[in-house]
Amino acid sequence: MSCSEALRVQEYFDGELDAGAAADVERHLETCAECAALLKDLELTRAGLRESGPYYRASDTLRARIADILDDESGERPARRPANVGKGFLWGALSGGGATALAAAFAALLFLPAAPNLAVDDLTNAHLRSMMSDHLIDVVSSDRHTVKPWFAGHTDVSPPAVDFAKDGYTLIGGRADYVDGHRAAVVVYRHGKHIINVFAWIAGDEHLPAEALRNGYHLVFWKSGNIAYCAVSDTGLDEIATLTHLIQNAGAPVSRE
Amino acid sequence: MSDRRRRFETQALPHLDAAYNLAKWLARPPLDADDIVQDAMLRAYRAFDSFRGDNVKPWLLSIVRNCFLTAAGQTRHTRNVPLPADGEMDSDDPALVVDAPDPEAAAIRAEEGRRLADVVAKLPQEFREVLVLREMEDLSYREIAQITGSPIGTVMSRLARARGMLKEKWQSDVEGAGHVLQ
Repeated sequence: MSCSEALRVQEYFDGELDAGAAADVERHLETCAECAALLKDLELTRAGLRESGPYYRASDTLRARIADILDDESGERPARRPANVGKGFLWGALSGGGATALAAAFAALLFLPAAPNLAVDDLTNAHLRSMMSDHLIDVVSSDRHTVKPWFAGHTDVSPPAVDFAKDGYTLIGGRADYVDGHRAAVVVYRHGKHIINVFAWIAGDEHLPAEALRNGYHLVFWKSGNIAYCAVSDTGLDEIATLTHLIQNAGAPVSRE
Repeated sequence: MSDRRRRFETQALPHLDAAYNLAKWLARPPLDADDIVQDAMLRAYRAFDSFRGDNVKPWLLSIVRNCFLTAAGQTRHTRNVPLPADGEMDSDDPALVVDAPDPEAAAIRAEEGRRLADVVAKLPQEFREVLVLREMEDLSYREIAQITGSPIGTVMSRLARARGMLKEKWQSDVEGAGHVLQ
């Protein structure tokens, strides 16, 4: 019933084949209607799961419980953990309950002195805001010809917005945001079920770390010309690094048509 | 802060959402995903000094899966846990994230997400887990094999079956609801 190449098509779809084997499958797909239909089904179920399927994230309560367990386990008892405080502050500001308002006031006191680098906090907060509100994307598009020109009218910089869907990083849109007083351009990617915000702004003489970790979010920084970049996400550092390399290697926009 | 604690915070904790998502998809009442993840993070922390690889995520997820299996074994319902009835997935869970920019699209996606969640939740565990690991966490066959302790060939055939079942059930649900899959 099923074509004997069906599993190869799945391997091709999952990016598990080398270039030679992938070319073989592509040739087969041109002549086998059954496998071509299978590929379409694979794309549909993936799109359904990634775009509509629920992704369950650890609650702040669970994060706090785990932090407590690790404190007990390592014999450490910090007064209060900035990682939870930062999130509590945002949640408090959003939910506006009396108890959370108190927690937020407490949090603000502890959060600010703990910040060695304002840009890192700024970017983490901008990332959190984009995930919690409905302000993730201003211009929805997987087409760089739409996203890049949009930046020109709305932000101080117009960074390349290239789609890397083939490598697992899908361009889903762009956004204007503020970072350190600059009108930053944000290129938004989806990787699996994770969102990666890539901020770009005119670099000042601020010292930026190569990478940082805040509240479980990784930040990876780099500069290109007079533009500073920062990729922020809750996905792993390796996954973010792969995207930053793709962006850096894309360099000057290359026509793919 | 101890060296182990610092390394754990930078290398393992960033995968906490992935750990929770897997636990949530695997665990059915009376099992609790929070308890499974908590147990898994403690075990992972204790074992972290002896972890030698450079890829923490599959290692951590395999511990989550083991903790789930242990907890499932203890309830003595490993193979007979009742399936959730239609619409019984806790889609109002605040941890359930549907990221869509405008309210109308969000409502449609939430509805679609509920249906998909129902279909996925009813797949047997060995099919459910490969779908979650491949499509939501974007892990390679090799990494999924490592997590599930099965050969790569088994991962591939389970993934193919899982996708086939998902497509079939999802499509029939959608058509049953009076819509047509594009």
